[in-house]
Amino acid sequence: MATRATAPAVTGTRGQTPGRTAPVRRAGQGQTASWRSSLAGVGFVIPFLVAYGLFLVWPVIQGFRMSLFNWSLTGSGTTDFLGLGNYREAWADPNFWSSLWHTVLFTLLSTPPLVILSLILALLANRVIPARWLFRLAFFAPYLLPVSVVTLIWGWLYQPGFGLINGYLTRAGLDEVGWLSDANVAMISIVITTVWWTIGFNFVLYLAGLQEISPDIYEAAALDGATGLEQVRSITLPLLARTTTLILVLQVLASLKVFDQIFLLTNGGPNFSTRPIIQYVYEQGFTTYRVGFASAISYIFFLLIIVISLGQFALLGRRRERANG
Amino acid sequence: MVGGPENVPPMGGAPLTRRRLLQGATALAGGLAASSAGFGTVAAQDRRELRFWNLFGGGDGARLQEMQAAFSTATPDIDLEAVTFAWGPPYYTKLAMSAVGGRPPAVAVLHASRLPSYAPAGLLEPLDPAVLTEYDIGPDKFLPEVWEGMQFEGSPYAIPLDIHPFIMYYNTEICQQAGLLGPDGNLVRPQGPDAVIDAFRRAQAVTGELGLTYQTNGVQPWRLFSGLYAQTGGQVLSPDGSELILDDVKATQVLEFMAELTVGSKVAAPNQDGPASVAFFSNKSGGFHLNGGWEVTTFETEGVPFSAVPFPNVFGTDQTWADSHVFVLPRQPNEDPDRLDASLRFISFMLQNSLTWAEGGHVPSYMPVATSPEFAALQPQANYAAAAEGPVYDPRAWFSGAAAPLQEEAGAAFGSVLNGQQTPQQGLAQFRAAMEDMLRTPEPL
Repeated sequence: MATRATAPAVTGTRGQTPGRTAPVRRAGQGQTASWRSSLAGVGFVIPFLVAYGLFLVWPVIQGFRMSLFNWSLTGSGTTDFLGLGNYREAWADPNFWSSLWHTVLFTLLSTPPLVILSLILALLANRVIPARWLFRLAFFAPYLLPVSVVTLIWGWLYQPGFGLINGYLTRAGLDEVGWLSDANVAMISIVITTVWWTIGFNFVLYLAGLQEISPDIYEAAALDGATGLEQVRSITLPLLARTTTLILVLQVLASLKVFDQIFLLTNGGPNFSTRPIIQYVYEQGFTTYRVGFASAISYIFFLLIIVISLGQFALLGRRRERANG
Repeated sequence: MVGGPENVPPMGGAPLTRRRLLQGATALAGGLAASSAGFGTVAAQDRRELRFWNLFGGGDGARLQEMQAAFSTATPDIDLEAVTFAWGPPYYTKLAMSAVGGRPPAVAVLHASRLPSYAPAGLLEPLDPAVLTEYDIGPDKFLPEVWEGMQFEGSPYAIPLDIHPFIMYYNTEICQQAGLLGPDGNLVRPQGPDAVIDAFRRAQAVTGELGLTYQTNGVQPWRLFSGLYAQTGGQVLSPDGSELILDDVKATQVLEFMAELTVGSKVAAPNQDGPASVAFFSNKSGGFHLNGGWEVTTFETEGVPFSAVPFPNVFGTDQTWADSHVFVLPRQPNEDPDRLDASLRFISFMLQNSLTWAEGGHVPSYMPVATSPEFAALQPQANYAAAAEGPVYDPRAWFSGAAAPLQEEAGAAFGSVLNGQQTPQQGLAQFRAAMEDMLRTPEPL
């Protein structure tokens, strides 16, 4: 507990550099030296700033400008100012709302298992057991696979008829499940695939968090007669709270950005029932050539992500303050 | 492969070299890349460079490379630089942007169904029939109904390489056991909805699994619907592409037939994707398979005892969905008679050697090849070549054609009917609403 309480204070002093630079500024020649060094610093940063401005800041501004025009991929409509017309159209577009809902639904379904399961796997793999390295590797390995391989594997696993999963189901006397072809099941199948594929990342973060916890604490607890479960509840989980916060924030953002595995597994089908918002942006921009409209959708989505992130930080930040206070 | 994005294995494309990557990136940069004039003039001065873009992966890609190699050997003064992109929207997006950005390839491949979104938008050069005749690729070398499809406002904009109709494959052994073959060993083509379903049912009795294997997602439901709906005499859009003239009675009749296949009679599975429909036919779990001609080589490689015939006459005519791969000349920022000459020589060579291309299951549109004894000996292609005479191309509109929104919307709506998740009426209503929505959308080209 003590380590966590002091952590913000440490970063605080480190962040406050004036304490270190202030004495230098008092001397005259020191000032030119400092100027020179900060000029050099700016010089070192410039290449990055240019790339950052050119490839991030400018496209963001340009994208917003596009969203106000009837901008086409082929270059027409760039002077056809619509004001908020594209935004109004998106607001009234049922496809926009349904694809936005699919993204939110995916996030709601995938985040809890990806956080909770990764914690359980980390707790298991952190125990002193034979071949511990093997378990760590096994849980992390799927994360190393590229998305095309993952979707190829799972596409065949989910196959009706001779797919592995349906093969077992029929052999057990059960009905086949249309894993990717049934509109009510397809999203769950995608979540299962995603959990299998990406859980390794959260797992490694948790594992690192677990190894930070000093064994002394467990030893003290054991001397006081705490059982294994009590140790997990009162020592491990509280000390992992910061890791959990980090994982939660990263996971929600990653889930909201879902696109590739859905695009490759179902292409948003069946009958658009899994199409995420990013695929809708892609289709509007690159299949229908309506870059202006696509930009408007992506800006609405961008806004949503900002709101969710700020809400998350506020919520988690408040909780941490309460805990520290 | 030309089937659809779902038919193209990601690793099917040509290997990505650094040069290709750079070219793709340059094309993407589009307007920004105006300053990159002079890019690509790396070839030696005495050889003329010819840049050619296409979207062929898999077996088609391999045959194309064979033809390109033959061209390079026969034409040493032209330095052919061919680039293959991923099928579908990635290709079409890059091609459109390269034409807008002033850095298009000299020659490109297009689906004929995509002409309506390219020619009127000024992305292509109109062609002069008199000049084409000098290169032996004049209008007299093609079927009039195919040549007609290349016209816009009185000018031809494309030279067709092939016609690839939607056809019916059948397993000769299974159909033999089911008593569906005639004395000549060929399938007796069933006619009318009941006879067609009956033939599938008899094949199903032999396999014990499925009568027909068919992809019920992606674009395929649209291809089946399109041909059947044309057989009833129905049309989706007015000829100028501005109005929806969908006939609810006829369209419902077609969708009810389609639902009967998967949900009613259960001769086909309601939830088969592309690879599965091909695999089920290959491993003899189904007696029939509906698809484009492009799966011929797959089944040959798998050693399936099969043949293929034109799509059956279900509602009164022999019409079937089809599309063509065509050569086009993207609009260039400057005129260059040398480039035009090299381009037309290249296209002419490819057409005259399109027998190689036909091995992939496509029907050559170049009549000297299509009527040659060599093609007549090519089986099963020659068996279904007649299907190319009643082609139903996609309706003409900016949102129509290969990998364009109409196919996607129709595939989703009609696929849900095949899945049994919507009734024919619901599927039709969904398609109608989607089309009305597209027609209301301002044309972005």
